[in-house]
This record gives sequence, C-alpha cells and structure tokens, in this order.
Amino acid sequence: MQEPSERGSRASRVGVFVCHCGTNIAGTVDVCRLVEYAGTLPGVALAREYKYMCSDPGQELIQQEIREHGLDRVVVAACSPCLHEKTFRTATAKGGLNAYHFQMVNIREHDSWVHEDKDAALEKAKDLVRAAVRRVRLHQALETKRASINPDVLVVGGGIAGIHAALTLANAGKHVYLVEREPTIGGHMAKFDKTFPTLDCAACILTPKMTAVKAHPNITLWTLSEVTRVEGYVGNYQVNVTRKPRYVLEDLCVGCLECIEACVYQQAKVLDEFNLGLGKRKPIYIPFPQAVPLLVVIDPETCIEFKSHKCKKTCVEICGERNAIDFEQQDRTETIEVGTIILGTGFKVFDARRIPYYGYGTYPNVYTSLELERLVNASGPTGGEVVLRDGRTPKSVGIIHCVGSRDAHTNRYCSRVCCMYSLKLAHLIKEKTEADVYNFYIDMRTPGKGFEEFYNRVAEEGLKLVRGKVADVYPEGNGDGRLVLQVEDTLLGMVRKVPVDMVVLSVGLEAQADAQEVRRMFNITCAGEGFFLERHPKLAPVNTFTDGIFLAGCCQSPKDIPDTVAQAGAAAAEALALIDAGSIEMEPNTAYVLEEVCSGCKTCIPMCPYSAISFLEDKKKAEINEVLCKGCGTCVAACPSGSIRQNLFEDEEIFEEIEGVLTYA
Amino acid sequence: MPDGNHGPFEPRIVAFFCNWCTYLASDLAGTSRMKYAPNTRVVRVMCSGRVDPQFVLDAFARGADGVLIGGCHPGDCHYQEGNYKMLRRFHLLKRLLAQMGIEDERCRLEWISAAEADKLKAAVNDMVEKVRALGPLHLAIPKEEFAEEEVAVS
Repeated sequence: MQEPSERGSRASRVGVFVCHCGTNIAGTVDVCRLVEYAGTLPGVALAREYKYMCSDPGQELIQQEIREHGLDRVVVAACSPCLHEKTFRTATAKGGLNAYHFQMVNIREHDSWVHEDKDAALEKAKDLVRAAVRRVRLHQALETKRASINPDVLVVGGGIAGIHAALTLANAGKHVYLVEREPTIGGHMAKFDKTFPTLDCAACILTPKMTAVKAHPNITLWTLSEVTRVEGYVGNYQVNVTRKPRYVLEDLCVGCLECIEACVYQQAKVLDEFNLGLGKRKPIYIPFPQAVPLLVVIDPETCIEFKSHKCKKTCVEICGERNAIDFEQQDRTETIEVGTIILGTGFKVFDARRIPYYGYGTYPNVYTSLELERLVNASGPTGGEVVLRDGRTPKSVGIIHCVGSRDAHTNRYCSRVCCMYSLKLAHLIKEKTEADVYNFYIDMRTPGKGFEEFYNRVAEEGLKLVRGKVADVYPEGNGDGRLVLQVEDTLLGMVRKVPVDMVVLSVGLEAQADAQEVRRMFNITCAGEGFFLERHPKLAPVNTFTDGIFLAGCCQSPKDIPDTVAQAGAAAAEALALIDAGSIEMEPNTAYVLEEVCSGCKTCIPMCPYSAISFLEDKKKAEINEVLCKGCGTCVAACPSGSIRQNLFEDEEIFEEIEGVLTYA
Repeated sequence: MPDGNHGPFEPRIVAFFCNWCTYLASDLAGTSRMKYAPNTRVVRVMCSGRVDPQFVLDAFARGADGVLIGGCHPGDCHYQEGNYKMLRRFHLLKRLLAQMGIEDERCRLEWISAAEADKLKAAVNDMVEKVRALGPLHLAIPKEEFAEEEVAVS
C-alpha cells in the first residue's frame, strides 16, 4: 500500500486485450473497432485482440506484450471476472507485473449476451473499457495473503451423500465430524427397498457403509445433533453443534434392546416416524433394525416418565448396572474447528396434501411413493406385504407420476427420480401382489446408465402405461373403498376412468423446510426453487460462493443415488485439494485506516459485523485487523473523514470508473 | 454511451452491483441469454454497503440520468448486514437528492439475488423506461461547481 502523497500518480503504459470468445463476444461487439478505440485512450500503450484470450496462446500473448512493450498495467475485456479474473491475474504476474495491476471488463455476460443492438453493445463495451483503463492506472501493487487450512472437515447430513463424503475423507486420513439431526444416519436411502435400475437392495449396499462410518477411527459421528452457529472463513471455521438428548448414554448403551422389551408399554402405540406413520413403536425405541449408531432413544413426548414422573421405569431396571438411561440429559453444545465443510442436508418429499384432488389424507387407499417403499420393504411395517390399510391385498394399483413436479402450481422442475422409482415400484408391486399396475405419466424420462433398458424390461412385464396427467381421484361410490382415476389418455385421445384399489402418488423432491435458515448460517445462496446454489452449474457443481463450503446430493438439486455418490466424492476431493495444499490465496481486498487522517469518531466500529475494527485508546484512532476483515467495504463508505480505504476498491479507483463510464467518447 | 445530443434520448444509468448477488444475477442473465436495455454500466463493489453516497452524487454530477444500486436481499448479505447499512444511507440520500431536484425514479435500490436474473432484467428495463420518460437530468447546480464542492469535501 502506498502513502497518500504517492497517490494520484497514474500508470501510463496500459495494455488492453480484447477477447473474441469465438463468436460469443465478436458476434455482437465489433471487436476490431473496440480495439481501435481502446488504442486511442490516454495511458494506453497498446491494444490487442485475440480469439480466445483465456487459452494458453492468449495468456502467452499478454505476457509477451508486457515484456516487449514495457506495459505497466493490463486490462482484459472478456467474460465475467467471476470466471477468469484469476486466470488473467496469473498471466499478468507471469509477465512480470504485480497480479493486481490488472482489471477485467465484462463484455460477454454484461454485454454481448444480453444485447441485440450491435451499435449499443459496442458503445457499452467502449464505456466499460474506458472506465477500466482509467481505474487500472491507479491500481496499487498488493501482496496476496494466504490462509492456512485446518485439515479437519465437517460433514452436515448423514444420508448417502454425507456418508460417502465422510468415508472418502476419513480413508484419506482426514478427521471428519459427521453431524446428523435424526437418531440414526442413513437418510432417505435407508427407507428404500430396492434401488433402480439394478434392483439391488438399498439396505444391502448402504448398511455396510453406515457401519463403516461408526467404526472408522477418523470419523466423529454425532447423531441427534444440529449445527447452530458457523463463524470464520475458509480453512478456519468455528462451528457450534448442539447435541440433543437421547436420554441414553452413548458410551454405556450396548444396543441389547432389552429396555425396549421391558418398557411399561406392552404394545407399540406411537406412530413410527421411520415408517412414515404406517407402523408403531414404543416411547423407547430404535429407528430401524440396522440403525447406526445402534443405540436406543427415548421420545420425551410420549414417555410416561417425562409426562408424569411416576413411571415404574422398567427400562432402567432391566438396564441394571449398565445404567445407560439418563432422564436428566440436556442439550449440550460442542464447539469444533474445521477448515472445510460439506453440506449433504438432503431433501424433503413433496407434501401430497397440497394437491387436494388426488385425495391424499382424505382417502385411506391413497399412498405416497415413500410410504410404498416402506410397504414393499421386508423390514417395513407389514414385513414386505403390499396390503391396504384394511389388510386386503390390492388387485389393481394406479401410480401417478409428477406429483409436485413439472407443474406450474407446485414445482416447475422435474424431480428426476420419479419416473424411475415409479417403474421400480410398479415392478415390485406386481411381483408381490400380481395386481394390475397402471403408470400414469406425462413423459417417461429415463436418461441414465441402464435406465431405458429397465423401463423396457418393466414394460414387457405387462405394466399398463397411460400417457396423461390424472385430473381427479374419487371414490367409486359403492363404499368398497375403490378409487377412480380420471385421466385424459393423450395417446388414445379420450378421457378414461380407471378404477383401482390403491393409488400411489409419485411425489417429487423439494428443498428442506429449513434450507433458508441453513444457507444463511453457512453464508451460501439458494436458487429459485430453494435448493442450494452451486458456484457454476457445469464447472463448479459442488462448490459454493463461499470458499471451503461444498455441496453434495439432493440439497443442491434432485438427483438419484449414483449422482449423489459421485457428487459426494467430488465434494470430498475438493476439500482434500484444499487440505493438501495447506493454504489458500485470499483476496487482498481488506480495508485499512490512514492513521494521520482518522479523527477517532468511532463511526466505523459498529459497522463491522466481524469486530475487525478496534479503537486504540492511547492514540484515539481506529485500527483494522487485517485477518478479521472480509473486505466488504461498509466501514469505508461510512467513514466521515475518508480515512478508511479498501484495497482494490479505493475511492479514487471507483470515482475513476464512474467518470470513465460517463465520459463521452 | 450514445450521445444525448444525437437521435432520441437514451438514459445513461450507472449501476452499483454487489459482487455476490446482483452482479451474479447479471452474469446469470448473460448465461441465460436474456435481452434487456443496453443503458446500464455496472460498477462492481464487493458489497452494497461499500456504496458511498458520494459515488451516487458523483455519477449524477458526471452526467448519469439514473443510478441503480443492487444488493442481496435483507438477511442474505454475504457480509451479514452490509445491505442494511446501504438501506439506511439510501433513505438519507433520497432526501438529499429530492432537495437537489433529482426525481425519485432516478435513484433506485433493488434487492436481487444471484438466482434472480429475470428480476434484474425487469428492474433494468423498468428503470430505463421511467428515466426515459423523465428525460435527461438537469442539475440545478452547474456540474463544474458540483465537482469542485465535492473535492472540497473529500
């Protein structure tokens, strides 16, 4: 940083490099005229164009011109700085200049791609280039700071995404905290019966990974736990995890399950969450037989001891000397330090009640697809029998696709997995009941390895496929509980009324109900549909805009198990890349105080949300801690005496930019 | 920018967009090939909280017909609360601008998230139309004096 007296000196050998980006820019903006214009600007030593400035020859060109023409500043007019600022800073540095003696102009996303009028687009490009040239002439040489990376990783969510990411990292020797809000890991996948398109059983492939998590020396598994506070920055996050009481001491319980047997409730009377209310459990229970950790949990809402304090506590009695049950357990908060975070917080299924004409919650024989997963599952509430609530076996079943997907009234997006799991459920129902199974679909979407083959296979089994969106579900009228599906069969071109015993709604995938709170806590963004937003849809699909925080699985968008696992592996690899590099470059855009100008008014101090500004009582001056400053610049704008400045965003630089875009050519 | 003296009046709008939300919405509008009015010139800042009222005054003094400020939605600021700080200043600034005879529609604050490219497009188009209807900005104070005064203050 230079002293104020040295400010105002302008560099005079600026090189302007304009990228064609194939025809992406050159198709709309007349690059030749732009280069010609740039060459006439004060302080510009040369202006060049190139087809792809980000390519190796393009970057080479910049370096060569810096050396040959003694350039002291570089301006590249190309795409968004979010994409290639780093690339061109590096090229500038390789050419022998300070990396920050560079300014990027966005003439693609902000110009050629959004305007059709070529003259107007050229004028805009000229204005932006002129502003950048004026600005860059004032740029100061800056040093890149590096932040060290704590090698420990936090994985939030213990579904297949979190499990796979945690195991990958732990196998690479990194310590992982895996935090899950439910009493067991496994997520939605643990509820499924078979998985498409191979029909391998979900439990058979998932439970070994779940037990591996529990057994892994590098994984600290915290169930019934939620992240409640996140502070810090890439490489150095401080996280609070609130651990809710299980009322069973984890290190003492051995999972013998005798207490469940001994509970004063002879019968299971409480609706069982894991089976979506289709089965019953006791107030002391395990979520499902392969739960990890295999520890009992007490539900304080239904346990008599919590209600009346007068229970005989037969559970405590049978536990005996182990003494693993503790009714006094309270919430406790652990504070951990990690360098990187992977979010695998999953999805929630669409609430079928939101489409009242399908009758979910009104007619007992209307089920959601997830409920069907539990019914066909051998460890489910019916032991794998597909039966109606009254115990009858359905003779005909109608599966309605796209419930809460591809619908202007609910969610416009396709949930990607419903066609495939509907076909799978059709196959399983047919196999178990020999019922007639109808699939009512809008379009059959089966893109994936082995997916189309699976569709053909199921279709050949005698599945009845009806192309049309079901408009209504109503009882047949004779009181036997049968339901009629009314649908326009768009292939036959007629309205059909199909009577069935059971209706299955293929519900779509939605963002978690608390996705907004979660993303605020982690300082990331949600896309319009509520799923977490990735840094780039193609090239940074597991990164977020906050360095060191990565996404895996359905919290980013609906996806199937293979894609979730692939993404979880990618997120783990991104975390490993940071950890093994040991440190990361930080933007040097921090604020600093010009001590001699500071009047000590303290206006800036409450502006900073990071408490980076302190007041030096002896000098009566403000001071900014460079490590804590994140470079927002709010204090800079607030300072009444202009004594706070921001690297890369100095007042003079911004004024030059404003004046630059407004000066007539 | 198109010279106001030739052909029909084209508003000149300086836009201050925060790096994390509105600048990215602008990028997304590009990637999605949305088309909107070519009258804005974006000055990128890390946070809308960095937008000093002097930037806005300077833009008007140098010939802008409108100023658009874009930040993250309340509660969504990448830096926790910089956008609230901007909002406070904005209310004060609007009173000052009114006293200077600068019409309300010429200075606008929009919360546009990184996912809201359509909102960005609508905001730019709407602002361009409204400023076009108002015509060029005529400052009561001659621009030269305005600039001198500002130098004296800073």
